[in-house]
Amino acid sequence: MLELKNISFTVDNSDGALEIIDDVSLTVDEGKFTVITGPNGGGKSTLAKLIMGIEKPTGGSIIFNGTDITDMSITQRAKLGIGYAFQQPPRFKGLTVRRLLSLAHGSELPEDECCAYLTNVGLCSREYLNREVDSSLSGGEVKRIEIASLLARKLDIAIFDEPEAGIDLWSFTALVNTFRAMNKNVHSSVLIISHQERIMQLADDIIIIADGKIRSKGPRDEILPQLLGEFDSNCDFRTKC
Amino acid sequence: MENYIDNELLEAVADLHEIPAGAFNIRRNGEGAGRRSTENITITTKTDKPGIDIRIAPGTKNESVHIPVIITETGIDETVYNDFYIGDGADVLIVAGCGIHNPGSSKSEHDGVHRFFIGKNARVKYVEKHYGQGEGTGERVLNPSTIVEADENSCCEMEMVQIKGVDSTVRDTKAYLKDGASLVITERLMTHGNQKARSDIEINLEGADSSAQIVSRSVARDNSEQIFYPRAIGKNVCRAHVQCDSIIMDNSKIRSIPEIAAQHSEAQIVHEAAIGRINNDQLLKLMTFGLSEEEAEEIIIQGFLK
Repeated sequence: MLELKNISFTVDNSDGALEIIDDVSLTVDEGKFTVITGPNGGGKSTLAKLIMGIEKPTGGSIIFNGTDITDMSITQRAKLGIGYAFQQPPRFKGLTVRRLLSLAHGSELPEDECCAYLTNVGLCSREYLNREVDSSLSGGEVKRIEIASLLARKLDIAIFDEPEAGIDLWSFTALVNTFRAMNKNVHSSVLIISHQERIMQLADDIIIIADGKIRSKGPRDEILPQLLGEFDSNCDFRTKC
Repeated sequence: MENYIDNELLEAVADLHEIPAGAFNIRRNGEGAGRRSTENITITTKTDKPGIDIRIAPGTKNESVHIPVIITETGIDETVYNDFYIGDGADVLIVAGCGIHNPGSSKSEHDGVHRFFIGKNARVKYVEKHYGQGEGTGERVLNPSTIVEADENSCCEMEMVQIKGVDSTVRDTKAYLKDGASLVITERLMTHGNQKARSDIEINLEGADSSAQIVSRSVARDNSEQIFYPRAIGKNVCRAHVQCDSIIMDNSKIRSIPEIAAQHSEAQIVHEAAIGRINNDQLLKLMTFGLSEEEAEEIIIQGFLK
């Protein structure tokens, strides 16, 4: 379904060229729930932006449902069924939650449908419909609305960039259930960048990205124990205690 | 209202599709084109200069006055004086507005001088829309001047909108607030082409516990120029907030000069001003919904000026 072939992304800085993504190849199959994880600064968000078209690769190609989309714009990719929830969503003065969800959906959404999406991300819906997506909302609220904006679409692949960031642990469990249902009922494939074990538990496949490269990838049952084992051995505070 | 252009202008400036309910006065090409007074709202023609007096009886509730002005001829140049006397305890909606359709090569100009005398405990909502169109090369000029004298514990909300087609505007607003009076001014402005707009607002908070808020949002496109000069002057125990927010595009120029002054130690006055282009992340977000960059830009501007 989605195939990245030898993708590279290099930026120029004062010390010369800096390799952010270095020859990454991977495939996300139809119907799969894939989690990308790895240390901060490893290139995960850049990879998501390259798939959405927000950044253009300096090498390699991206194939989506058999079409080479490497040179396509964000708009064209969106129309093909790719969606992306920002890690830090922008705010809009004057744009209501209802309008934003309708824009995501592609047509005016009935109130009850809007409410259903908001309820799914843990927001008491009627209170929010006519509120503006501006600085009056907290970071966690904006983040939930961002997730709801992807629920309002029917996508071939939905990409979420650290959806857990800024959301309190109390409501995180409910959100995990939303993600679980999403892959079954809403979108064909789901790709989530996450550090949360509970999100990783939902995955069919896990990809670990570090230093711009794929360090390992495979089915969850294979990668997750490996990952948890690594954390355990790194956390030597336990032995010090 | 047989004429198509008349209807279009009336809809743009006063949301009018038909003869409004309540009191109204329609001025067309410098002459009266319809008027109705009601039991509580009396509209009379001034005898010493062009314009009307609108007298709203004390205690009038939930009534409205529409006073649109339309100009469909080239070469009209008029100054009109409208005075509103709003009785104590009244609660009314006043819809003004001016639409110019200039078909020729001469300038058409309407300068409206509006004075509001708001009684004690009265509530007024005032909506003023300005709009220009027309295939001619003649300039479309609107220079509104507004004076508000707000008596004790009155409440006035003014929404002033100029979205399209006015080549030149100089807007001058002055307000004097007595004890407990409150005033909210919301200004929305968009300029394009070679248009020029200037808005001066001066609010004098003279009474104890008076309060004021000025919210100005604007978008400047093409080669247009805008200047904002809102001032809040606190002369007593009072609160005021001035907020100017502008989106700058293309080769336009914007100056924003909010001024706050206090002449009393218990005056609390705040101002904020920002000018910037459309946030790139906002555009990207809307493009990930499948909108083109141009469509995304329009939606952001529409929302901002709403």
